[in-house]
Order: sequence, then structure tokens, then C-alpha cells
Amino acid sequence: MALNRIRQRESLELDKEEGQIIADLQARSARAYPDIVPEELKHSVLIGPVDSLLNWGRSSSVWPLSFGLACCAIEMISCGASRFDIARFGMELFRASPRQADLMLVSGTVTWKMAPALRRLYDQMPEPKWVVAMGACATCGGTFHDSYSVVPGVHRIVPVDVYIPGCPPRPDALLYGLMMLHRRIRKSTIARKAGP
Amino acid sequence: MKEEAAPIKTETFMVNMGPQHPSTHGVFRMRLSLDGEVVVDVEPIFGYLHRGVEKLAEGRTWVQDVTLTDRLDYLASMSNNLAYVLAVEKLAGIAVPERAEHIRVIMAELSRIASHLMAVGSFLNDMGAATFTPLIYMFQEREKILDLFEMTCGQRMTFNYIRIGGVSCDLPEGFIPALTRFLGEMPRFIDEYDTYLEDNEILLARCVGVGVLPPDKAINASVSGPSLRGSGVRWDLRQADPYSIYDRLKFDIPTGKNGDVYDRYRVRMEEMRQSLRILGQSVRDLPGGDYRTKVPVTFRAPAGEAYAHLESPKGELGFYLVSDGSLSPYRFKIRAPSFINLGVLRDLLIGCKVADCVVTLGSLDIIMGEVDR
Repeated sequence: MALNRIRQRESLELDKEEGQIIADLQARSARAYPDIVPEELKHSVLIGPVDSLLNWGRSSSVWPLSFGLACCAIEMISCGASRFDIARFGMELFRASPRQADLMLVSGTVTWKMAPALRRLYDQMPEPKWVVAMGACATCGGTFHDSYSVVPGVHRIVPVDVYIPGCPPRPDALLYGLMMLHRRIRKSTIARKAGP
Repeated sequence: MKEEAAPIKTETFMVNMGPQHPSTHGVFRMRLSLDGEVVVDVEPIFGYLHRGVEKLAEGRTWVQDVTLTDRLDYLASMSNNLAYVLAVEKLAGIAVPERAEHIRVIMAELSRIASHLMAVGSFLNDMGAATFTPLIYMFQEREKILDLFEMTCGQRMTFNYIRIGGVSCDLPEGFIPALTRFLGEMPRFIDEYDTYLEDNEILLARCVGVGVLPPDKAINASVSGPSLRGSGVRWDLRQADPYSIYDRLKFDIPTGKNGDVYDRYRVRMEEMRQSLRILGQSVRDLPGGDYRTKVPVTFRAPAGEAYAHLESPKGELGFYLVSDGSLSPYRFKIRAPSFINLGVLRDLLIGCKVADCVVTLGSLDIIMGEVDR
């Protein structure tokens, strides 16, 4: 009897010990990130993954390359002007140099003569970089798909992230396409760009 | 003994400008040879937007070809449509209802204003007027014109509105009041713009006496449009060879004196005022009735050839069509004003400073869609 009681007590102790380990684990895992922020900075510091910080920065200040090709370029400029105001998305800074740009808006017909220049501009842009094919011509050749001099779709030269239909797309359509791009940028991680 | 300094050798320096350059109005490229800061030689290179429109047009029907003309001078698509349609109508002898003629003139003049707004805006932009500011100003008003177009045919830029025998649809309800409101607002805007720019010291310093195009040289190079009138030649096809209803409309032809960049800019501003006058008259006289002569989709132009031209915002835009009586043109030749106006670029640029190249090019107002076709 006495022995039994001792054993019961021992197992109770053991249970308590194991329970404590679990409770500790639970307590620690309740917070996603360990509590490393000093008490006095609690109100001014946020903790999150590096990815979300980078993606937030990248998606809200995409600098397009100022690179107009044809008719769509005019709608691209309209989009930058006061009525549609691309500055709302932090994108009003059209850069003349590819070295300062993140986004190539292929706005218009790409001809085979222009193709090497386009590829070169793409190669000169620093990573991470994105390409938007704006309009029917950049998407598939559009009205000029059967021409001898037109590249039937800019994806034959550079990888494209977002296609925007229209001939030319309205600025609203362009803005929607850019929002799709933002969504995509927010999904990417440091390790890789977001897939389709 | 005095040491003699070795003679300093200088050589010309080549600068490539374009095809991707913020102020080449598309994908134009210039190979500049410079002696210090002075331009010694210019080699314009184009073809970066050559889409083979003339060849494609031969494979499409007469009716479908209107869509291709939209994409030539995409800042004034209505004028392009009209020029092509005029040539086809001349070839086939199609009469156009009176109302359609008026609508066409309204559209063509609205296009002219929109195109000149863009031309002046981007020209000032090229000059380095802050970043984008003049263009944003101009786009305010341009958007109003685009709204009118959108109201009429549902498109903002490539309209395909003017068709063989008339226009594709009648003016919608509410168009005339909207246009009248626009006509009321626009002169104030031009005046406002003039107060900013007419006597602006920086603008004058950059423009007066730069890129001078003498009238005789302009005529020899068959320059047309505001670039020709800036040199003081009173030549406007709307009066020299009236088409549509222009012979019944009263308007002046603004001309410049010196043929420099500033004069070309002034001519464009003044032309916008004249276009408003034309619009006022054609709205006032707008008759009722039919807006289109019925033309079958399988339209066949009779065998023969025709050339029709008009005063597009850039200059004389002409279409030379040859028909063999089939569904599509046998030859489709475009006389593109931008392309021919570019012919004087080399003469204008040689001897000027590099910084003036961009301004001079901007004042010629070229559109690559039309230059390369």
C-alpha cells in the first residue's frame, strides 16, 4: 500500500514536471516572435519578417522606366498626369535611366529593330525588376501581329509579370494592372520572386 | 631655351541619343558628332517603330484599314481617319451627308487642339521646365477633349470613328452642351498659359533665335504644318485646298516671323484659338439629318488611283491609294508630315549647342508612329 502511494506521488511529480515543460512551450509559442523589444520601445517598434518589410517598401515605391514606345505611352503619361495620378501608388517617379528603375512598362509595339535595345535596357535594370506588357501590341502583337517587323508579344524578349489588354488600355486599366503587380510583389520572398 | 608646347589635338566626340530617351518623343535616335558643345553632324536613325502599316493595309479590306490609320499619328487619330476616308471617297465618288461633314470637322479640330496641347506640353517638358509640370497642365485640358471623344465613340485614343461615307455613329445626347461648355472654358485656359509663358524670360532665352528655319529652306524641304507657318509662310491646306466644309468657315492662319523655335510654339498656341473659332462655327451650323451614307462591309473601290490630303496637326497628311477593284487596296501610300518635317532636322541642328537639340526636335513635333509607319 505504502509503496503504491509512494509510486503514485512520484508519477504525480513526473506528470507535473512534464506538464510544466508543455506549459512553458505553450507560453513561449503563444507569441510568434520572442519578446526582444525593450519595454520603453514597445510603442514605437514593430516586429515582423524581413520579407514583409521589403515587399512593403518595394511594392509601394515601384519606379518605372520612362520608356514610351507608341500609342500606349500617351496613356501611360495620362496615367502620370493629374487626373489619374499614379503618384497615389508612389510610382510617379519615371526614371530616365534603367539603373534607377524597378519596373519596365513596355508601352506599345515592339519591333525587331527595337528588340535589342529593349533587352539591353532590361539587362541594365538592377534586380529585383518587373515587366508589365501594356496593351495588345506588347502582349501579342495586337493589330500588327501579322507584320514582318513586329515582335508578336514582348515575352519573347523579356519575362513578363503582368499583361494588360486594350488598344490602348485606359489609364484605369493600367492602374489595375499595376495593383496586380503590387499584389504579386507582396507575395515574393527574399529567396525568390513570386511565381505566377 | 624656351620649351615649345605640343599642339593640343582635338577631335569630334560622338554622342548617341536614343532610342530610349525621355525627350525623343518615342523611339527616335540621333547620332550627334560634337566639337566641344557644338553639333558638327547629326545622323537621325529611325525605324524603331516601323510596323509595316502600308504593307498590312494591302492585306485588309478598305473598311478595316481605318483602324490602321488610327495608329499612325496617335495624338490626332481623327485627322488620320479623315485623311484616309477622304481618299477612299474620292476614289469611289461617295457623297457624304452634310451632318457627317460637320461632325468630321468638329472631331478634326478637337484633335488638333489635343495634339497641340500635347506638342506644347512635351516641348516645354523637354526644355527642362521642372519635372512634368507643363505636361500636367496641358493634360488637364486634353482630358476634357478625350472625354468628348469617349462620349462619342467610347474610345479615348484610337477611335475608328470616321468611316467611309460618314461617321460610325451620331453625336450622343449631351455632346453639344458638353462641347459648348468646353469652348467656353478653353480660351481662359490658353490665356492663363500665355500669361505664364509668353514673356517668360527663361523660355525666351531658350527659344528665340534657336533652330531658325528660313522660309525658302522650309519650302524646298516641303515642310508643312505649324513648322512651315512658323517660318512665315501662309500655307494651310484648309484654305489652300479646302476639303470637307472648310471653305465655308472663317478663320485666320497664324504665322511666325523668324522661323525659330519660339515662333513655332506661338503658332501652335494661336492655332488652338483658331480651332476654337472653327468649332464654334461648325457647332452653330450643325444641321440635322443622316450621319452616314450606307457603305457595304464588303466595299470594293473601283479600279483607279486617288490622292487626298488634309491639314493634320503636324502638317500635310496625304493618302495615295491605288485600287484594282478588289476588296483591299493595291497600294496604300502615306505622306506622313512628321517624316518629311524631319528632313530639315540635320540643317537645323548643325552649328547649334547640344542642349538646343532637344528643344529644336521638340518644336518640330514629330510622332514616331507616323515617321516610321
